[in-house]
Amino acid sequence: MDRFEAVFERCRRENRKALVVYMTVGLPDADHAEELLCGLIESGADIIELGVPFSDPTADGAAIQAAGQLALAQGINLEKIFAIAGRVRARYPETPLILFSYYNVIFHYGLEAAAAAMKSCGIDGVLTVDLPLEERDEFLPVCEKYGIAFIPLLSPATGDERAEAILRGMRGFAYCITLRGVTGARESLPAELGDELRRFKRLAGDLPVAAGFGISSGKMAKDAACYADAVVVGSAAVKLVTGAVDGASGISAACKFVKELAQALRG
Amino acid sequence: MKHETHYGIYGGQYVAETLLPTLHEVEAAYDEAMSDPEFHRELNDLLKDYVGRQSPLYHAKRLSAYLGGAQIYLKREDLNHTGAHKINSALAQALLARRMGKTRLIAETGAGMHGVATATVAALFGMQCDVFMGAVDIARQAPNVERMKVLGANVISVSSGSATLKDAMNEAIRDWVATSEYTFYIIGTVAGPHPYPMMVKEFQSVIGRETREQILAKTGRLPDEVIACVGGGSNAMGMFAGFLQDESVKLTGVEAGGDGVETGRHAASINGGEVGVLHGSKSYLLQTGDGQIVEAYSVSAGLDYPGVGPEHCYLADTGRAKYEVINDSEAVAAFDLLSRMEGIIPALESSHAIAQAVKSAPGYSPDGIIVVCLSGRGDKDMDNVKSYKERAGLK
Repeated sequence: MDRFEAVFERCRRENRKALVVYMTVGLPDADHAEELLCGLIESGADIIELGVPFSDPTADGAAIQAAGQLALAQGINLEKIFAIAGRVRARYPETPLILFSYYNVIFHYGLEAAAAAMKSCGIDGVLTVDLPLEERDEFLPVCEKYGIAFIPLLSPATGDERAEAILRGMRGFAYCITLRGVTGARESLPAELGDELRRFKRLAGDLPVAAGFGISSGKMAKDAACYADAVVVGSAAVKLVTGAVDGASGISAACKFVKELAQALRG
Repeated sequence: MKHETHYGIYGGQYVAETLLPTLHEVEAAYDEAMSDPEFHRELNDLLKDYVGRQSPLYHAKRLSAYLGGAQIYLKREDLNHTGAHKINSALAQALLARRMGKTRLIAETGAGMHGVATATVAALFGMQCDVFMGAVDIARQAPNVERMKVLGANVISVSSGSATLKDAMNEAIRDWVATSEYTFYIIGTVAGPHPYPMMVKEFQSVIGRETREQILAKTGRLPDEVIACVGGGSNAMGMFAGFLQDESVKLTGVEAGGDGVETGRHAASINGGEVGVLHGSKSYLLQTGDGQIVEAYSVSAGLDYPGVGPEHCYLADTGRAKYEVINDSEAVAAFDLLSRMEGIIPALESSHAIAQAVKSAPGYSPDGIIVVCLSGRGDKDMDNVKSYKERAGLK
């Protein structure tokens, strides 16, 4: 059983949904990135998405873009992210870690080198936002060779036939975008969320489904969790860190928020 | 019809899943339009009566004599309505958008020429128009911002990242992801995800098609060399399209060297970049050792883009086209030279191509023929040239 299967199995046993937390690596600063990530896990994050900053994040909204610029200004790069991931892995042997990145950063590092580094630092999966079905064959076999799960992405615009092609042979979980747009905290969930997620669940079969994009409160997380196996929270957590007066209060605000979410998913 | 989405290793559709169905929709509409005689009839009528095509091919005799080599012919895209080649593709894409039932056009713009072209066709078809423009570019291209507003477009200032063209394109893509049900994105160059490089090339290929006919009619033979500037590369690809099959014709693209490729302050993606993925396609890119995109620099805002069209990358690798570099100082000198020799004030973008012709022409005998794509007029650049000269201590 891999770490993903173990987490979803544990959640089933505990009769709750899994909490996936996205965090830009390098926040609140390069020296405290590890502390923040470990704090999120302590607070109840079941799976961590390690957000790799990119200069031109076209799928992200203002919050994650600003966080990325901040992290880049701190000198964060893939090499350092692998080192941080390795230290987090050493402290938390069971939590699945996913590298969440735009393709160019990985491509420029070298596909083979990146996959090998992921494996050796204990990263379980990779989600490349801008590498759709049409282009993924240049990277997917490399991931498979190193045992890195290639996390598939579905959106409301993805038709059934296309979704089936995307999901074939995938493991880990399916990341389902619940709205048409970029990342960013929203006030409420889209009305058609339930229908969309039911469709994704049906298409994904045994593969767990995680719902993401826009979730900003325990209530929203709980509502989205009705139809999914996991919920993803990103921008709202990132904003708590970047918007804090200093690093320490940013870490504690994000951890408090994640605790609330975890609580809501149990309740 | 199933199209090839890559040019060698370049091009492709490197976009988020949310956009893929939209790209498929655009491609299907493009195929349907291209096989509909009514689309071509309407486009050709507008190109003739609204844009003012065909544009002349002008024999620059004084410049040719002064340089003492090849005869130089200028393809006068600067005489098009709105003053540049951008209108060719904006018009065709807007027609496509209307066929698809879209009611809103968006565009990114750097120097403002593509924004003006898009605002123009939006006015022509009575469509809503939002143009994304970097805050830095808004400050340095004020006249074009005013033109867009007069035409009824909304200019959206982008202050994220480097607040220039690439950031404007990021923001346009973000908007499009959320609004594609009623919005058509008019991309200004032969970059972006498939089908845009193919589509924009097709819509700009009128330049090369006309030029080929015109030079044959005037001189009875094909040119020895065709020269065009390359930012994203749409005027160059439109011009090259007419001559790709003519192996005797040398194709030369000219990248913006800024302060010099060796200084790192340039926009020469092919000559000074590495392969990567940005804005949906794989191409040569200006980037750091960590794969972060860096801001391009050129005196000409229209060449100021850190990537380049994928087909140009392919033509560079195969050797079918050569890509030279012209620095700011050479471009500004060519701007002055053409203005005084021929009474034609070229855009700073096109001045890069003129500067390359100045270098190339003396290597030919007076029977040689060089065609330069004069992609736009220089009225918009008066302030830029003046401030450049002041900075450089030139008169």
